[in-house]
Amino acid sequence: MGRILLGFTIAIVVGLILGYFIWRYKLVEDTLGFVVTALQSIPSIVWFPLAIIWFGLNDFSILFIVTIGATWTMTVNATSGFKNVPQLYQRVAKVYGSSGFHFLRTVILPASVPQIISGLRIAWAFSWRALMAGELLGGGGGLGQLLEMGRSLGQMDLVISVMIIIAIIGTIVDNVVFSRLERNVEVKWGIRGRA
Amino acid sequence: MYLRIDGIEKSFIDDRKENVKVLEGINLNVKKGSFVSIVGPSGCGKSTLLYLVAGLDKSDRGEIRVDGNLVTKPGPERVVVFQEAGLFPWLTVLENVTYGLILKKMPKEVAKTKALDVLKMVHLSRYVNSYPHELSGGMKQRVSIARALVMEPDILLMDEPFSALDEQTRMVLHKELLEIWRKTKVTIFFITHNIREAVLLSEEVVVFATRPGRIKEIIPVPTMKDGVTPDSVTLNTEQRILSILQDEIEKVLKEEMGDDYSFKTDHLHRGDSGDMGSHI
Ligand SMILES: Nc1ncnc2c1ncn2[C@@H]1O[C@H](COP(=O)(O)OP(=O)(O)OP(=O)(O)O)[C@@H](O)[C@H]1O
Ligand SMILES: [Mg+2]
Repeated sequence: MGRILLGFTIAIVVGLILGYFIWRYKLVEDTLGFVVTALQSIPSIVWFPLAIIWFGLNDFSILFIVTIGATWTMTVNATSGFKNVPQLYQRVAKVYGSSGFHFLRTVILPASVPQIISGLRIAWAFSWRALMAGELLGGGGGLGQLLEMGRSLGQMDLVISVMIIIAIIGTIVDNVVFSRLERNVEVKWGIRGRA
Repeated sequence: MYLRIDGIEKSFIDDRKENVKVLEGINLNVKKGSFVSIVGPSGCGKSTLLYLVAGLDKSDRGEIRVDGNLVTKPGPERVVVFQEAGLFPWLTVLENVTYGLILKKMPKEVAKTKALDVLKMVHLSRYVNSYPHELSGGMKQRVSIARALVMEPDILLMDEPFSALDEQTRMVLHKELLEIWRKTKVTIFFITHNIREAVLLSEEVVVFATRPGRIKEIIPVPTMKDGVTPDSVTLNTEQRILSILQDEIEKVLKEEMGDDYSFKTDHLHRGDSGDMGSHI
């Protein structure tokens, strides 16, 4: 779990920074923008062999694929969040004298929060899958490893229980954390009416 | 003259990459403390002119001066109230109102006191800590007016600020705006589609012609010394503005629908709702 949080945090930071550059500079959009879209379509487990070559079969490799799975999604969502900040907010901010970093911090970022949260939700799904796959193949403890152990011992009950736990954790995070966060933000940002 | 608009010209590149002249030869002088309305057909460049005065956009030719100073960028002495309130949903009412003050590096406590004062003026003291999504459309627009007033601007630029509101709310806000104007003596530059609203609120109505946008006529609105103007006088002024606009609207419709279009005058007669000309 620690891995996924760390990986996730890195993905958010990198995603926001890349998103910023893609949004801000046309040249970056034309070049990097396309690459990111291509990278996004690679399932993160595909990175695993490369990670093993680079870092060896260890925790770091798992962290790497968890991060990389979430990063591209975050980048794409951050970019589209920044791009879709309503003109009206931008005009209002300028009228009151906002510019530069202040403009980014008080308008562009908060206005993109709904998109960023949907990005998080998708990124979470990718990361969670990547984590399980990584642990299954790579070890380093965790649920994936337990699953692998169950298989080698031929313990059906262990395998099934671990699968159930994986499903439960995945669902709880998706439904309780992200879904609720998304709904609250959408109501507050005025995208969705009060239900 | 206080606000001086001198020989303004502005073109845009449209979807077909053609150069379209939106404003041509705009000259307008506005006295300090006056209330001036702009009416004109849709797309004639009213908002464009307002953005130029606000400093949100640059003209191709001509200059705009406020109190002798050339307008080059937005400034806290010229604030805009847009058609949509445009409050930041992630900030409370109070935080929205103090946004510009804090940017001006005013200490938080001072800004708060000022904000509470203006919020009282627009009758929103009870909603200081609410978020925008908890407010009605009229309340939101009040907050956006408060956010503008708290800057103590020299000129309040308003781009159809009431057109998204229902009739009742609009009438209340008309009254409040006039009170605010009398109390603060701020200069108001007001764009509207509603001739009645223009005549009711302002001292002068600038009628725009279209394609390219230019000033067709400036109509003074007669007011009696005691502040109560007889309906017949108001109606007369409305009629006059309407007849000037009819030619322009006809021109637009002809261009859009071909020459065989014949203008149906009776469509423009006053409806029961009394918001004459609000469809232009
Ligand atoms: N940024 C822009 N790029 C290209 N064309 C623009 C731009 N802004 C405005 N225009 C064009 O300029 C013309 C005038 O627009 P403007 O918004 O000033 O009209 P308006 O008089 O405010 O109309 P309305 O009454 O409908 O609000 C329109 O034809 C519009 O399409
Ligand atoms: Mg407009």
